[in-house]
Amino acid sequence: MTADRQPLAGRGMAWLTGGGNEAEIVLSTRVRLARNLQGFPFPIRADAEDSARILERTKAAIAAIESLRDASVWDVADLDVREREILLERHLISRELVERATLRPAHAALVLAGNDELGLMVNEEDHLRLQSFSAGFALAETWRRLDRLDEELGALLPFAFHHELGFLTSCPTNVGTGLRASVLIHLPGLVLTKEINKVLEGISQVGLTYRGFHGEGSEVVGNLFQLSNQTTLGKTEEDLVEHLERVTGKVIEYERSARSVLLREAPTVLEDKVWRAYGILRSARSLSTGEMLNLLSGLRLGVSLKLLPTPRVDTLNEILVLAQTAHRSREAGSTLDEPDADVARAAYVRERLAEDEQTSDGNDPPTRDMN
Amino acid sequence: MSTHHLCSVCASEKGVSASAPAKAPLVDFLAQLGKAGEAESERQPLDPCPYCGTTAADFRRTGRLGCAECWAHFDAHLRGLVRRLQGSVQHVGKLYVHPGSEIGDRLAQLAGLRRRLQRAVDTEDFEAAAEFRDRIREIEAGE
Repeated sequence: MTADRQPLAGRGMAWLTGGGNEAEIVLSTRVRLARNLQGFPFPIRADAEDSARILERTKAAIAAIESLRDASVWDVADLDVREREILLERHLISRELVERATLRPAHAALVLAGNDELGLMVNEEDHLRLQSFSAGFALAETWRRLDRLDEELGALLPFAFHHELGFLTSCPTNVGTGLRASVLIHLPGLVLTKEINKVLEGISQVGLTYRGFHGEGSEVVGNLFQLSNQTTLGKTEEDLVEHLERVTGKVIEYERSARSVLLREAPTVLEDKVWRAYGILRSARSLSTGEMLNLLSGLRLGVSLKLLPTPRVDTLNEILVLAQTAHRSREAGSTLDEPDADVARAAYVRERLAEDEQTSDGNDPPTRDMN
Repeated sequence: MSTHHLCSVCASEKGVSASAPAKAPLVDFLAQLGKAGEAESERQPLDPCPYCGTTAADFRRTGRLGCAECWAHFDAHLRGLVRRLQGSVQHVGKLYVHPGSEIGDRLAQLAGLRRRLQRAVDTEDFEAAAEFRDRIREIEAGE
């Protein structure tokens, strides 16, 4: 295990590679498990001493697990505001963890391990939130990786478990398996053909739910949806994961057929739309996050349908995260307020798209430090 | 009347619409429950959790329980809520044995049987389900 203070540069970006199954439609897969340590109040009631002991015990367990030897731990309270925002923009921590860290000393921490495909939030809503991330559509593999981490940690730390209710959590919406599996999926075809509401209604009818790109409570923007299981009790972990996999598979088929309809019925309109999106992103001098996400959706669709020659999917994913305000602020070396952030964002997007054009003549792109 | 189980796609094709997923946070849901259940809670005032001090009002306000003991302390009130939220009150997922503890085979066997019963029910294999149910009863009766 490495020391607490170390740079965040480039960490936690494994889900952005643009690889994996169905990468043109599914950006990433994640699974999390909520766990609490027996004998300690849940974080909402824990005092500083309890929280410190929970973090200490977790660190000791991590150090004792071979596969977590390379883990890094950050106490969120030790990070400055911008670093916290960067972790939020990378979807590695939650707003709740950040808020708890401001109640110093809450000992709220982030752990990353295994090439950043595994993580832990410590002292969030529950003592532990085990997380596993993959690029593309990879539910079974992402779950297996997390299951192993759960077995290893559970052998060292006494989890709160009830023979009927399963793993006990602070919120009744997580009790039982404590499992939330989700896929980040891009559905412009269904949105443009106005079929999306029917699909979302169907999803809710089969026990799944959806959120926007920015997580719980966020609006859908850029045609990006996070589909996940609604309930956590009464089904096995495998059943929950397989069910989401099956339904997501259907949604992917549906999205493909919507794209075919668009190509067949309105090819010119579609082509115009994606090239206009490209033109704006390639030329704009100021871009809000919302506008950028909507235009990137056009590019992603255009590239997927081969209407646009560039950019590559991994470039699109990189822009999605690195063009956000905290990342731009770090690059600028000062906290950017909204108008300045929009200008910096537009400049960055222009630069990345231009680079991509130059490197996409059949050559491999240069290795780039993703920070 | 007949019951059909539709996947999202078939549901959409048939124009079946379900209510949109609840966007209201759990707290709103609990507040509504609080109103509906006022008469009941007045009859049965609940003491705070003896371990962490969380009260029923705290829970209604935050939607969060304060500790594992809260689950036992507020059990009677939580069961109905959990059933409404989760559609079940029986964990059939991973069985957990505390490190160093010596939980007997019985618990492991019961959990395994419950898991198989659930699978049998899911796959509508009612013969197998009945058999698992009988074996669970036998083990439970032997407590």
